[in-house]
Amino acid sequence: MDAQDLSGFPLRLEGDAVPMVSFRKVTKSYGSLVVLDSLDLDVAEGEMVSVIGPSGSGKTTVLRMLMTLETINGGVIYVDGEPLTHMPRGDRLVPADSRHLRRIRAKIGMCFQQFNLFPHMTALENCMEGPVHVLGLSKKEARERSEELLAMVGMTEKRDQHPSRLSGGQQQRVAIARAMAMRPKVMLFDEVTSALDPEVIGEVTNVIRKLVAEHNLTMLMVTHQMGFAKDISDRVCFFYGGRIEEQGTPDALFGHPKRERTQQFLSAVREAI
Amino acid sequence: MSYLEFLGQYGDRILSGTLVTVLLTVLSSVLAIAIALVTGLMRLSPNAVLRGIATVYIEIFRGTSLLVQLYWIFYVLPLFGVTLEKFTAGFVAVGMNLGAYGAELVRGAILSVPRGQWEAALALNMTPARRMIRVILPQAVLIMLPGWGNLLIELLKGTALVALIAVADLMFQVKQINGTTFLSAETFGTALIIYYVIARFMITPFMRWLERAMQRKLGRA
Ligand SMILES: Nc1ncnc2c1ncn2[C@@H]1O[C@H](COP(=O)(O)OP(=O)(O)OP(=O)(O)O)[C@@H](O)[C@H]1O
Ligand SMILES: [Mg+2]
Repeated sequence: MDAQDLSGFPLRLEGDAVPMVSFRKVTKSYGSLVVLDSLDLDVAEGEMVSVIGPSGSGKTTVLRMLMTLETINGGVIYVDGEPLTHMPRGDRLVPADSRHLRRIRAKIGMCFQQFNLFPHMTALENCMEGPVHVLGLSKKEARERSEELLAMVGMTEKRDQHPSRLSGGQQQRVAIARAMAMRPKVMLFDEVTSALDPEVIGEVTNVIRKLVAEHNLTMLMVTHQMGFAKDISDRVCFFYGGRIEEQGTPDALFGHPKRERTQQFLSAVREAI
Repeated sequence: MSYLEFLGQYGDRILSGTLVTVLLTVLSSVLAIAIALVTGLMRLSPNAVLRGIATVYIEIFRGTSLLVQLYWIFYVLPLFGVTLEKFTAGFVAVGMNLGAYGAELVRGAILSVPRGQWEAALALNMTPARRMIRVILPQAVLIMLPGWGNLLIELLKGTALVALIAVADLMFQVKQINGTTFLSAETFGTALIIYYVIARFMITPFMRWLERAMQRKLGRA
């Protein structure tokens, strides 16, 4: 991480309405390619924010930085009031060490486009892995928790199958259960339906609908399914060229986009359908 | 002397040599696998010193001849106060040599586990050690098994060199028999067949069986 002046950034966020996730002037570049340019984005506790935008606009990168799969080049990311990418030392922020990252990362879960289930474990074992080996739960507790979640995603009958025996939609539902078994406060979904056949997309989106309805989760979801984003989001962010070009409620953004680029993107997407 | 008479007379020496060869192969394999695992992991360590040590080890043992390494371990190490009994020197040399080749196999297999697996493990907040043990290695083992099949056959053939420091393995016995009988075709022909049988009908089927067992664990069989 480049040396930078962090004196403007608070050691922790305090006050009445501390956002669950807060990107503050976050910059990410690969070499000379600036992928995200001084991004500011707050997500409130329990809020469902959808991220849309053209390919290469930096949507995935936003989630990956939050999951600590990518380091950042500037700015600070806060989670639940505490800095994630940095940690306080005295009255200053310094880059986070691995212990700090592990502590804050525990609040975040992520589901990937390619599911990434562990192929050598059954569906149930996939879900129990984190609770047993990371959270230190007993096998019995972890099994109960996992079975409950597999029931929630409708995978009880397939719980003893390995991923290779499951369809894409089934694998993605197990992946959601696996992430939820860690009891995260924030869930990230990166195009979780993009690798699926059209007829099974519904089984995954229904699970996400259920999460929205039944849990007080904070969610950030990158998606190409505009209808789905419109249905379930509290807010939609349209990314363009590494910046938030426009954001608002689904009705406002899809119904009355203000910016020209948003209008162009939305009409291009509509034509494709 | 007919071949049957030959076997009747020297069969027990050939058998005892074969047993020594098999034992050498098993012990060297265990050592090679252990070294390969440790060195292969060190090659991937974020710590530059560990990486450096592993690289030097691999370079030396792959870049020089096994026979010279064997002589070093048996004849030169005693000058530094480390004396190994010849059987021990034999399997240590073979194990250390093949371990260096195995290290690259381990490293390559670990690196070819898909990126998504590393990322999913990180998203579950696993420590690097847990991630390696629970997620990456089990998958890497399946990837590297075919390579190990070849390597263990190389190792078996490599053990024949220990005859040169007078370990009484198969090669040593047939050389001795040849020295007194001059029945080269019978002696070396028999050795040839025995090495082939061990490789083809013991090591290869065992590795196939392992591979299938691992695949079953992945629910792929
Ligand atoms: N590891 C990397 N090295 C170099 N460039 C990268 C890397 N990862 C991403 N990029 C670049 O960063 C930019 C943003 O990528 P990102 O994956 O965030 O886009 P996206 O909005 O998710 O696109 P898509 O809709 O295609 O998934 C792209 O220009 C991409 O080429
Ligand atoms: Mg993407």
